[in-house]
Amino acid sequence: MARKLLLTNINVPGINTFDVYRANGGYASVEKALKTMSPDEIVEEVKKSGLRGRGGAGFPTGMKWSFLAKPEGVARYLVCNADESEPGTFKDRYLMTYIPHLLIEGMIVASFALGAKTSYIYVRGEMMPQIRILEKAIAEAKNKGFLGKNILGTGYDLELYVQPGGGAYICGEETALLESLEGKRGNPRIKPPFPAIAGLYGCPTVVNNVESIAAVVPIINEGGEEYAKIGIGRSTGTKLISAGGNVKNPGVYEIDLGLPVEEFLYSDEYCGGIANGKRLKAVVAGGSSVPILPANLFLKTINNEPRLMSYESLADGGFVSGTMLGSGGFIAYDEDQCIVRNTWNFTRFYHHESCGQCSPCREGTGWMEKVLHRLEHGHGKLSDMDLLVDVSKKIEGNTICPLGDAAAWPVASAIRHFRDEFEWHVTNGAEAVTRNFGLAHYADPLPKKEETVA
Amino acid sequence: MKVTIDGIAIDVEPGTTILNAARQIGGDIVPPAMCYYSKLKDSGGKCRTCLVKVSKGSEKDPRPMPKLVASCRTTVMDGMEVQNITSPEVLEARKGIVEMLLVNHPLDCPICDQAGECDLQNLSYGHGVAKTRYEFDRRTFEKIDIGDKIQLHMTRCILCYRCVFTADQITDHRIHGILNRGDHSEISTYIQAAVDNDFSGNVIDVCPVGALTDRTFRFKNRVWFTKPVDAHRDCDHPGCNGKVTLWYKGEEVLRVTARKDQYGEVEEFICNTCRFDKKKTSDWVIDGPRHISNKSVINANHYDFVPLPVVKTNPVLIEANKEQFERDTRL
Repeated sequence: MARKLLLTNINVPGINTFDVYRANGGYASVEKALKTMSPDEIVEEVKKSGLRGRGGAGFPTGMKWSFLAKPEGVARYLVCNADESEPGTFKDRYLMTYIPHLLIEGMIVASFALGAKTSYIYVRGEMMPQIRILEKAIAEAKNKGFLGKNILGTGYDLELYVQPGGGAYICGEETALLESLEGKRGNPRIKPPFPAIAGLYGCPTVVNNVESIAAVVPIINEGGEEYAKIGIGRSTGTKLISAGGNVKNPGVYEIDLGLPVEEFLYSDEYCGGIANGKRLKAVVAGGSSVPILPANLFLKTINNEPRLMSYESLADGGFVSGTMLGSGGFIAYDEDQCIVRNTWNFTRFYHHESCGQCSPCREGTGWMEKVLHRLEHGHGKLSDMDLLVDVSKKIEGNTICPLGDAAAWPVASAIRHFRDEFEWHVTNGAEAVTRNFGLAHYADPLPKKEETVA
Repeated sequence: MKVTIDGIAIDVEPGTTILNAARQIGGDIVPPAMCYYSKLKDSGGKCRTCLVKVSKGSEKDPRPMPKLVASCRTTVMDGMEVQNITSPEVLEARKGIVEMLLVNHPLDCPICDQAGECDLQNLSYGHGVAKTRYEFDRRTFEKIDIGDKIQLHMTRCILCYRCVFTADQITDHRIHGILNRGDHSEISTYIQAAVDNDFSGNVIDVCPVGALTDRTFRFKNRVWFTKPVDAHRDCDHPGCNGKVTLWYKGEEVLRVTARKDQYGEVEEFICNTCRFDKKKTSDWVIDGPRHISNKSVINANHYDFVPLPVVKTNPVLIEANKEQFERDTRL
């Protein structure tokens, strides 16, 4: 049983209240950080830990913090991105619901490290219960002197606010989030300048995911080097994975990075295998925006090595035969699921959530959705697959923010790996609306890698 | 700062964008721009037609940029090397963008007042493909009159945000903006309030397509049948200097617009009195005919015509050719 860092006390009754959380060793990192460490030491500690942003891109958090501009006389802000709306990802909601104080503890330490006097938690509008929970937790922490003026007598002031968003996926993009936080339309800004230079109200700002901020707590408690021992290679520490789809035990699991995917998927400690004794067909490993992989390529890399749950191993093979860890929204599909329908569903989501600012994403997502709708309902043409790949290529990389890429990747990868199924939807159009393609060869063992004789 | 665009080097001020550096060079290497407007702060970066490839970041950091960048919002660095029309990748991406822009555009040019001076029309002739691959219904909206002088035909809009910036920066208050998101987002005044202030007419000039049109000119004439003439008057409105272009058909002034430069951008914004109310020649002092590039369709029927050289029959040449011909065909 791997050691848990974030969810250690998740099963303690009443852990969502301040007293129980404190009795279980909570807020120790605040005491340690504020009383014995300087802000630069905290940043250094986070750098040492090798913590990578848990929101999807995997950018090293310590690096991000050290890029923060520190001009004299200008306020700095820390914003926590709790606008979790990726289909398949629900780890942040879980964390905020059950141990809100962990996030607040992390926010205090991180704000102290960055020198922020005001920090915001931007929560997605649909998560009203979580907003109430966080507000209650903040009030409790304030009562006990962990927030507000002169925290623990150290002379450090911090105000923490919870800001509900309007429920738009695009506001999870950091600059759109800042626009929305400023009370404007949530359109992503054109970068540069990056938020570290000019973010919220034009001041230097750091935007971090909920899990990244929560992970600061064990890093401070145990030291960055200790944290870096967990995990594999440049993927250090633990990661919350929200497992969903056709697995036997869906839920949020904390894993050590580097766990073999086979173990994660089939062991009883984690997902417990595919529900109802069916076979695995495909996996989306990190939330809807990462490329989908067929079962055989997911369990083994193209070189026939077992794939691990880590940033590098999942990305092994690039976009040809790999995927990404993303935000940890693990979705498994059994043999009865239709990949065409799933791709259409994802694209429908991106079409709905595109902000409409830049033209490739605004028009391209709608176009792809219409073509996929046609394919799914059996009116497609064989040329549609090439059309989709071409449109997705025209979107990818040509947009202001990564939403365009996120919309293009699932489509391109689904056609790359499941072309047979798409073609079957065209050639057997009438049949495709009544039954599914089935497993086909998607779980067959990969062919042996050809040895080149020197 | 030295920047090289498609192999042409130029020295520019620090802080210049790639697009403006290219405009200083001029010619074919200038990327097209649909949403950028040099007179409006913060505009640009949205339409993505001006994408270019930065093959060398700067002298200090020679790494190329990983993605194509919007040239209108990327400032030059010393020693930067940019590829525009020399990069097949850029041309391919631009073709894609033009196709995307036309996906939801009605292509009703034959009945559109903007035809002939439409940026999107020029762009798709210059950079697009002849046929669309889009086979679905296009989004449509009802036409709305925003105020008594301007009509909004949202179906044609490409959401460049220029009119929003204009209202923010030129007029004293903005009452129109973007509603909704994605491809159903629209420019609107929300509850169809009238856009009514002294500079509101400028949104017509900045609109790159026929989404915002002059109601006093609607269906009056095609622009290429009218004759542009520069004129001015003493406008008593502060902020308007009364320099305009009058568009004549015969004796009649059909419409008044601001003077536009070669990139279709107005030189100076004009007030609504000049634009909508002064439509008599007697109101104006004529400065002379407006020069229109002979590539423009507005110049139809009055091209700068260079007569072809007249080939005269030359008896010496005919004789010589005859001898040559006989010599060559004898064998």
